Amino acid sequence: MEKPRILEVRQGILKKNDQLAGDLRGRFHNANICVIDLVSSPGAGKTAFLEETLRRLNEQGFKVAALVGDLATENDAKRLERSGVPVRQIETHGICHLEAEMIERNLEGWDLEELDFLFIENVGNLVCPSSYDLGEDARAVLHAVTEGEDKPLKYPTIFNSSDIAIITKIDLAEVCEFDREACYENIHAVRPGIPILETSGKKGIGFDEWFAYLKDLKKGVGSRAKAV
Amino acid sequence: MHELSIACSIVETVEENLPNENSRATKIYLKIGKMSGVVKDALLFSFDIATQDTRVFGATLEIEELPIIVYCEKCHKNSELGNPPIFRCEHCGELTGNLIQGKEMELVSIEVEDGKATNS
Repeated sequence: MEKPRILEVRQGILKKNDQLAGDLRGRFHNANICVIDLVSSPGAGKTAFLEETLRRLNEQGFKVAALVGDLATENDAKRLERSGVPVRQIETHGICHLEAEMIERNLEGWDLEELDFLFIENVGNLVCPSSYDLGEDARAVLHAVTEGEDKPLKYPTIFNSSDIAIITKIDLAEVCEFDREACYENIHAVRPGIPILETSGKKGIGFDEWFAYLKDLKKGVGSRAKAV
Repeated sequence: MHELSIACSIVETVEENLPNENSRATKIYLKIGKMSGVVKDALLFSFDIATQDTRVFGATLEIEELPIIVYCEKCHKNSELGNPPIFRCEHCGELTGNLIQGKEMELVSIEVEDGKATNS
């Protein structure tokens, strides 16, 4: 047997995903479409929040669509279809996160040029999605008042990799004795400076601020598209 | 647990880098940042499963864990963060989001045993 030798590789472990995500980002920018990835723990209210977002943006005349990751069921997609916009379910068959390849595969047949916003509802999980770039312009982490205040400290990676934090079910804040100050402090402790919004999908709270954020984000995408 | 997906990506990358069909990987050197979202023990566990029936089977993973380091723009000093990582400068107390290390997920090198080339 010959002596073992060392081969230098120096390569990102998720290089393939990152390259594909980079390609997707290029495609999105060329089509002047703004892409938002929603992450949260299961039950934080992603679907209710997204349903309201899609419905209202659609009413305002924006062309929107959604890709919805779910472990096994199509329930979320069925709920979101009620908003009247194109929705596709990505069943991950037990995989705990979405990858760039799943996004690419599920875009087939959609004319991206026709769309203003694409929302990706990631699998409900505060750990695994954080490592995978999907080519999005912004990652929004949702945090329900029912989850308490210390989730950001327990799951710092997902909060740190997000661009905006959205507190959901704010209509229940009082009942849950939600400590707003502690929650803000914990979010900023792991992601200094991140914007925080307070929302309720059920009561329609906080959507003006959310849409102001989205429209700003879209302007940024538009200027990048022109620069390409 | 996404470490199985990560382990499969490692195996795939290692196999692509092996010089020929008869060479085998015996050790794999990784650098994993503590803010990468990868749990070392979960990765070690998944790795054994991911290497089944590959030329990486039997190889060991050598993981260097990199601490989380932030740079403070106010006092121009670095701080190593603890657990949980509070993004605060340990020198002046200012919050800083300027992460300079901790998200790495790098396959650094592979120890390879070259088998005898077969005449095919």
